[in-house]
Amino acid sequence: MKDQTAVAGIGTTDFAKSLDDSERVLALKALKAALDDAGIRPGEVDGLSCYSMEATEEIDIARNMGFGDLTYFGKVPYGGGAGCGVVGQAAMAVATGQCNVAVAWRSRKRGSRSSRPWAGVSSRVQGDQQRWSRPWGLLRPVDEIAMLTRRHMHRYGTTRDHLANVALAFRRHANNNPAAVMGDREMTRDDYMAARWVSEPLCLFDNCLETDGSCAVVVTSTERARDLRQPPALLHSWAQSLPAQHQTMTNFFCDDPLRGPAWACAEKLWSLSDVGPADVDVAQLYDAFSPLVPLSLEGYGFCERGEGGHFTDDGGIELGGRLPTNTSGGGMSEAYLHGFNLIVEAVRQVRGTSTNQVEGAEFSLCTSGEGVPTGALLFRRDR
Amino acid sequence: MIDQPLLPGLDEESAPFFEYAARGELRVQACADCGVRRMPPRPRCERCGSFEHRWDAMSGLGTVWSFVVPHPPLLPAYSEQAPYNVVLVELEDDPTIRLVGNVVAGADDRLDSIDPHSIAIGMPVEVVFPRPVSDDEGAVVLPRWTPA
Repeated sequence: MKDQTAVAGIGTTDFAKSLDDSERVLALKALKAALDDAGIRPGEVDGLSCYSMEATEEIDIARNMGFGDLTYFGKVPYGGGAGCGVVGQAAMAVATGQCNVAVAWRSRKRGSRSSRPWAGVSSRVQGDQQRWSRPWGLLRPVDEIAMLTRRHMHRYGTTRDHLANVALAFRRHANNNPAAVMGDREMTRDDYMAARWVSEPLCLFDNCLETDGSCAVVVTSTERARDLRQPPALLHSWAQSLPAQHQTMTNFFCDDPLRGPAWACAEKLWSLSDVGPADVDVAQLYDAFSPLVPLSLEGYGFCERGEGGHFTDDGGIELGGRLPTNTSGGGMSEAYLHGFNLIVEAVRQVRGTSTNQVEGAEFSLCTSGEGVPTGALLFRRDR
Repeated sequence: MIDQPLLPGLDEESAPFFEYAARGELRVQACADCGVRRMPPRPRCERCGSFEHRWDAMSGLGTVWSFVVPHPPLLPAYSEQAPYNVVLVELEDDPTIRLVGNVVAGADDRLDSIDPHSIAIGMPVEVVFPRPVSDDEGAVVLPRWTPA
């Protein structure tokens, strides 16, 4: 599949704590924007791909958008782990001839408290992911990741200052991005250290934003994309992974809980690629929680195991640093849409249109959630 | 939003763990053919493929592998005891087995009965069995831990 397909269009709605539009309307607006961006008529769309947790229905989206006869549709599970696989599978469908133009989107309204995942739980916890943890008060995703974070700190000397490096880098990037929910909110290290605890060792600013909004992309063959309005973002390589022994979020029971799904995903991603981590110019690393960034830096091979915290020192993940990361502000300061805004930003970087553009970026990496079955996309600027 | 503490939904694989706990025993599922222990309990041994299993008695001693201290917003039954600790305990008998739990001063004490900041990774702990917690579906004993 190397370089055979490309993202030809991107579209987003506003991002905000609360928007009036429904998830359905937000999805339709983002999809229209993405098709307009590419210069492709909705009637040409014959494939779609979405998250299993997406509440908008494929048939409903297709009818509202005026798509043609769809010959490919698919879904990828595991929430924030899905995004890159959603786009990768759309591209795979194009590359294999199952469809010619595929779209993918994520629409979410999470600003409302009633939509929080733990708000509607029943008193009996079902399923191995949660049955063995929630009754003892490990209730939220942040608690589950905090457990791994504490161990990483103990094992490798990762500190709260390292996590602050992550939060501060992404806030600074958001401060240059007018679309970011936190675009006009500045943060200092003192702000970070003074923030309320959510689940020690993680504080408020280690968490992503609860956001309303939608993003979409259009995928087609590279050949076709070169005739369209925008510079194509070639899909150079992509991968998914659900590693051996893995358990979603509570990966506590396997041999090596700190070796998350990123490791297996990276192995596949680089094996299908002409390049390696040293060639990546800019990265969008899934950041539902700040510690996922050092874990991902390790898993994708940007540093040695245990060095992910240290990699963030001295502006390592800021614009101008070793690996500019989450240049739109990411899930922690732009918007949290299960990582789909990260995919859009990864495309912008190879187009050269980011508000925090990395000069001459050729290879742009995007990852989905670490800690759950995941995926990654490596985009390449067209020559 | 519910206001009682959460209880595990029990199925064929998970129920024996809690039945043993109700008798004051900490037992872990193991393959009856190759002997590999597994957590969470499940129907098939991933090493040898056997569907036969047994429940091995553990000494109830372990060490803290990691811990967190949740703060509100939390479900009400937990929020009123926050901040409290949740630990991941590595069993002395078999370090491949880890269990989520709480360190408490005594079996039936509150989740905040010990200072969460007195907990450390590597701390030795011993299992205790509190009184059952009941709801419409029955009573469950959730194993907890005290400093050893």
